[in-house]
Amino acid sequence: MQAEPVLVAGLIEACRATIAANSDHLCGLDRAIGDGDHGTNMRRGCEAVSAEEAFVSLLPLPDALEKIGLTLVMNIGGAAGPLYGTLLMEIGRELRALDDKQDFPSALKQAIDAVARRGRSHAGDKTLLDVLYPVHDALAHRLPLTDIARQAALSAELTAAMKAMRGRAAYLGDRSIGHVDPGASSCALLTAAICRYLEEYRPV
Amino acid sequence: MNGKTPNVGIVIVSHSPLIARGTADMVRQMAGDSVPLAWSGGNRHGELGTDAGGILKAIEEAWSEAGVAVFVDLGGAETNSEMAIEMLGPPRSKKVSICNAPVVEGAVIAAAEASGGAPLSRVVATAEELSPR
Ligand SMILES: Nc1ncnc2c1ncn2[C@@H]1O[C@H](COP(=O)(O)OP(=O)(O)O)[C@@H](O)[C@H]1O
Ligand SMILES: [Mg+2]
Repeated sequence: MQAEPVLVAGLIEACRATIAANSDHLCGLDRAIGDGDHGTNMRRGCEAVSAEEAFVSLLPLPDALEKIGLTLVMNIGGAAGPLYGTLLMEIGRELRALDDKQDFPSALKQAIDAVARRGRSHAGDKTLLDVLYPVHDALAHRLPLTDIARQAALSAELTAAMKAMRGRAAYLGDRSIGHVDPGASSCALLTAAICRYLEEYRPV
Repeated sequence: MNGKTPNVGIVIVSHSPLIARGTADMVRQMAGDSVPLAWSGGNRHGELGTDAGGILKAIEEAWSEAGVAVFVDLGGAETNSEMAIEMLGPPRSKKVSICNAPVVEGAVIAAAEASGGAPLSRVVATAEELSPR
């Protein structure tokens, strides 16, 4: 399965750019219910991926995703590193194992479940999973890209009402309520950037 | 190793390099050189955080055929340690356990147990007795 190198490179750049532009915002969210480093962590991860963009975009798609995942693990440096890393690595592994390469939603679902296992977390715990699951749902229902992006943003907003059960924010208990989860927010930003890029790259 | 089975190794993982190193110093004082010991603290840029690659290196440094007990502070340290164990790969990954115990007390007690030649399961169980959960 060879994705077009331009596509992979374009997606990497779109993700890097949205995280760079929102890094301060993500740090602000993390300052409210964590240690204030989520924007910095994500930015560092995305920059490390960008640095190897030329090499990675020439790989078969599953290999590229696995490599990107490993780079995220090694460079994000917070709880989000192994979680985003696992997501990408598992999508890669699932796609490799899949016969029907059109079945991206099922690969994504397996990968999200792997993230949940790694974090010992569930939907409703106020984490990036609260964006990932709805994004998968939207994708599985074949919603248009703009609706998927909107669903992601809405889902991130909905984490404000949740009480954090995992990660640092869980130490705050009820005081975590009323704040959007930083990981959910970065996940929605990345989803939107990916959808926007795909929309421009191959108009539906 | 003069015919005896080697002692279980100990790895300390903290968001803070100072805590990881300081805890390792305390363990060393308790167990001397009889226990393989290594630490990983902070992210790879020297800031507060954790680093799966660094943890992997620490596990390899403290490697013992009897296994390795890993002590972690906050959530990200645990998640990154699990990632590191996965990267270590089988069969060695099966001989590494993350202890659900307070990092300082847990590591010191585990080291005392390990220095007496206890197997991994007992080293882990002794440290975890400290944990309220
Ligand atoms: N156990 C977990 N399961 C799922 N997501 C988690 C978990 N722990 C943390 N997160 C996610 O990671 C985000 C925090 O990431 P980051 O600030 O980069 O790491 P750290 O908490 O180590 O500082 C949270 O907002 C949350 O979405
Ligand atoms: Mg943080």
